[in-house]
Amino acid sequence: MDSGLVTLLVDSFPKILIPGLMVTLPLALVSFAFALVIAVATALVQYANVPVLKHVARLYIWIVRGTPLFVQLYLVYFGLPDLGIMLDSLPTAVIVLSVNTGAYAAETMRAALESVPAGQLEAGFCVGMSYLQVIRRIVLPQAFRTAFPPLSNELISLVKDTSLVASILVAEMFRAAQEIVSREWVTMPIYLEVAAIYLLFSTVLTWLQRMGERALARHGMERG
Amino acid sequence: MAEMLNHGAESRAVGRGDAPAQPPMLALTGVRKSFGGTEVLHGVDLSVRKGEVVAVLGPSGSGKTTLLRCANLLERADAGTLELAGERLDLASATPRQAAGVRRRTGFVFQGYNLFRNRTVLGNVTEGLVVARKVPRAEAEERARACLARVGMDDRCDAYPEELSGGQQQRVAIARAMATDPEIIFFDEPTSALDPELTGEVLGVMRQLAEDGMTMLVVTHEMGFARNVADRVVFMEDGAVVAEASARTFFDQPANDRVRAFLHHTMGHLGTCSF
Repeated sequence: MDSGLVTLLVDSFPKILIPGLMVTLPLALVSFAFALVIAVATALVQYANVPVLKHVARLYIWIVRGTPLFVQLYLVYFGLPDLGIMLDSLPTAVIVLSVNTGAYAAETMRAALESVPAGQLEAGFCVGMSYLQVIRRIVLPQAFRTAFPPLSNELISLVKDTSLVASILVAEMFRAAQEIVSREWVTMPIYLEVAAIYLLFSTVLTWLQRMGERALARHGMERG
Repeated sequence: MAEMLNHGAESRAVGRGDAPAQPPMLALTGVRKSFGGTEVLHGVDLSVRKGEVVAVLGPSGSGKTTLLRCANLLERADAGTLELAGERLDLASATPRQAAGVRRRTGFVFQGYNLFRNRTVLGNVTEGLVVARKVPRAEAEERARACLARVGMDDRCDAYPEELSGGQQQRVAIARAMATDPEIIFFDEPTSALDPELTGEVLGVMRQLAEDGMTMLVVTHEMGFARNVADRVVFMEDGAVVAEASARTFFDQPANDRVRAFLHHTMGHLGTCSF
């Protein structure tokens, strides 16, 4: 490896890492927070069998999971302006990533809600709690514990999926790498470098996931 | 604690002494319930007086558990009325609010304990007080600790249910049921999920509760408990009450052949059970 390449990799490292820390991770975390809200609402209306809304929930999940994220990004960023709706690239990224991840997380949450034994609800009713109180204090906390590992996986997927928003000009980590590639005419090493940083992010998140699982296990409910 | 016991003993005395003149604490009338076209309760009547312990016996599938679940509206009866301390309610058309009202005035102990898995022992007992009844937390914890002391579980307040044995979980569940000061506690086969060596501790707690004057309706297979602790036995078969008698009469002078056959079948339990 010649010294020019080493210098290039060293120089480019912060230029890739900083957008990673300043854009990729915040984008993923903010989108994931919205996705969780969407997921809980979508899962709950199905779990509680709310008329009309449960059908809306199914329709949403069906459409979003049945179409590619990449196409969804293009539809919103390049398609919606035809209808007079112009969104900047960053809001577009947040909206599309939230809505997309929300649909997958909704199915995770629904399965987790359904895994809470009926006896837990009945016990709640029998001590005099209302349906909403039982859901909020007994069922949802237990469902979240069950859903914690799969939801963590969805967050890790989301971090990697943010690379797609480079295509709608969000200045995130992969876009930064692409810019270096087109400026310096060096391809493979830079793409390997950005891949390594994604791997680093995923690894750290996986550690956090394990720590979280252990912390949850300490508070009872090892089996979810 | 001493106060609780005293209060219990008093209501016990009232229950026993003036029983015939008093309106029942709980009266179920004409309870019918079908599952998928098969009727499992054919219009059952059952009443429990204040301070009375009524054991419901009968073979599996006789509708005992369904009757209990209809009584606090976990199961929606097709017909029937419930009278709880003088208040009448149509079981088939009760609103969720009315159902919640019944459940706030009764306690329920499940076969499978059903302790809240995301709450500690103390949290399990305070939940119904703090959340459903808006009792201030400090007061709720004090009451919860007193109830846990009565079932001998006050030293495990911070444990989670999965760290406890089945017998311990069921004792906590009993404390949870009595913490809300219910007018009656329903027990749905409270020892059926327990290993034989753990049933004793639960039955002991129930016996103490009975002696303290709690009104109890107990679906059970424990013949010893029915004989020695219950005041009255109701025998159900095929969704109907077949016999009803004081505990002594039920066992010593079986009312009919069906009761005799059932007792004969379960005699093994009688010999071994200490309660």
